[in-house]
Amino acid sequence: MNSTHDLEGRMTTDAKPDAVALPAPGQTSRQTSHQPRRQGALERLLRRKLAIIALVVIAIIVGAALFAPLVAPFDPSEQFFEGLTLEGAPLPPGERFWLGTDLLGRDVLSRLIYGAQTSLIIGLVANGIAVAVGALVGILAGFFRGWVETVLMRFTDLMMAFPALLLAITLAALFRPSLWIVAMVIAMVNWVQMARVVYTETRSLSEREFIVAERAMGAGLGRILFRHILPHLLSSIVVFGTLGISTTVLLEATLSYLGIGVQPPTPSWGNIIYENQTYFTSAPWLVFFPGVAIIALALAFNLLGDALREVLDPTQKGRH
Amino acid sequence: MVSYVIRRLLQSALILLGVSLVTFILLYLIPADPARQIAGRSATAQTVENIREQLGLNLPFYEQYVRYLLNLLQGDLGRSYLQKTEVSELIAARLPATLLLMAGAIFCELLIGLTMGLVAALKRNTPTDTTLMVLSFTGVSSPQFVIGILLLYVFAVQLGWFPIGGYGTFMHLVLPSLTLGLLGAGWYARMMRSAMLDVLRQDFIRTARAKGLKRVQVLFGHAVPNALLPIIAMIGIDIGLFMSGIVVVESVFGWPGIGQLAWQAIQRVDIPIIMGVTLVSACAIVLGNFLADMVAPLIDPRIKLR
Repeated sequence: MNSTHDLEGRMTTDAKPDAVALPAPGQTSRQTSHQPRRQGALERLLRRKLAIIALVVIAIIVGAALFAPLVAPFDPSEQFFEGLTLEGAPLPPGERFWLGTDLLGRDVLSRLIYGAQTSLIIGLVANGIAVAVGALVGILAGFFRGWVETVLMRFTDLMMAFPALLLAITLAALFRPSLWIVAMVIAMVNWVQMARVVYTETRSLSEREFIVAERAMGAGLGRILFRHILPHLLSSIVVFGTLGISTTVLLEATLSYLGIGVQPPTPSWGNIIYENQTYFTSAPWLVFFPGVAIIALALAFNLLGDALREVLDPTQKGRH
Repeated sequence: MVSYVIRRLLQSALILLGVSLVTFILLYLIPADPARQIAGRSATAQTVENIREQLGLNLPFYEQYVRYLLNLLQGDLGRSYLQKTEVSELIAARLPATLLLMAGAIFCELLIGLTMGLVAALKRNTPTDTTLMVLSFTGVSSPQFVIGILLLYVFAVQLGWFPIGGYGTFMHLVLPSLTLGLLGAGWYARMMRSAMLDVLRQDFIRTARAKGLKRVQVLFGHAVPNALLPIIAMIGIDIGLFMSGIVVVESVFGWPGIGQLAWQAIQRVDIPIIMGVTLVSACAIVLGNFLADMVAPLIDPRIKLR
């Protein structure tokens, strides 16, 4: 470990104390191969408070989504007569409707719980496609170079030049929006980031001595790609894949807020705000609770991704 | 260097050509009939047909695209279907508002982000550091429409410090800039923190301390400028974030910029405007990336342009 002086002139170690890669029992501290380090990854992840909080938040939301019919106090689309005031306005949070009701007298908590299904399905499906496409494009372009690289990366550049939201909106306008269409639109916009990351890494990896040496020794393409390059990429794919879920959740919420994402009556956290936004001055809970839900889910995946980044690659310190 | 610049400019031109083609294809595929829309509901089939011919909408796809490109080269973005105005005029009229909003957002994100990052780096591994980093992540994890609506509710509706929306005075600018800048502030806070930690570890900082400079002198004379330079070069890349953000932020705050123009056009399927705004945004993004790449080697000579 490098030791340096910090501003106060004390001797300190480079790594953050909570990020120090403590060797698991029976492991030496100077492991250079990748395999043994990952064995302790989960253990080191669970030693981080923020990662645990993130995992708990994700677990709660996933649990709510999976067991929505059991957890939700009411049917999310039932319009309660007593769910509106005599003037026909939504009810604030109270004893019967914990988080209040919306402008049609439906229970906000139940809609949020069912909305979690929407966010998670889109988060996982759209992000899964984006990760797979991005990783494939990145590996191919980074390893094969030549015209493959030119074609793929110029197309990636082209995608980067699009304002992401404007592209997503235009695409969403093309089709009659449904859950799966929205997921596809988001995937089509979001694979670019992953492609860039994987491309840059594959490219620098394939120029490193050990790959050059492998090539010189006559190793086959499969051996180099799967045995030497992919294991090094796995950390980045896991990290950016996790961070990507949060980008996906936010994009879905934004599209639904604009009214071109998931369509009511299917509840989504974004379209709850879309449906009720005219009421936000008199019924702010209709924006506040779904907003908090979106932020909580996106934040949890961001924190988890960040923790994974440090756990899977202790030499890398923070973004950029 | 010169050949690199020329090559990059050519590449940028090609990218923009690609953007125009992709957008044109997408908008061509949209299941809407612009001619019928312009003619109105009560128009006869003959009128609709005339309009279609007049606009060249009856031509095959490639002919329409080539026509559009030739006009584009003369700076002609076409006419809005519904407003019967030149798209270039509509965009030119809206652009200053958007640029003002972006300037405000850059100011907000740098002010908030750099301060948070600096404090976090100096208080490394304390609860302050953790809190600031969680806050920066919250900024990155918050959808802009939620931030915008909540800021409006608290500071405009409840406290009445700022107007509820609109455009004109400095007070109108504050909340939209903050909303648009908060996302970037989260990134800058994290970048600044790690840049500061990197710099503080360098030999020249130790030398500066060793020759007897005060802590503040070392910090603001040596550490901060060195940490700041690579970060400033990133501003060009933010343009992409902003170009997405303005669609939402401008419609939440009723800000009369090109984001709102685009959103209204999308709702009315006013294709020439959508096309125009997409191209202008893409130009801005390409230009931002280009500038960021040009500035990088000036700041860090280890970066070579190839």
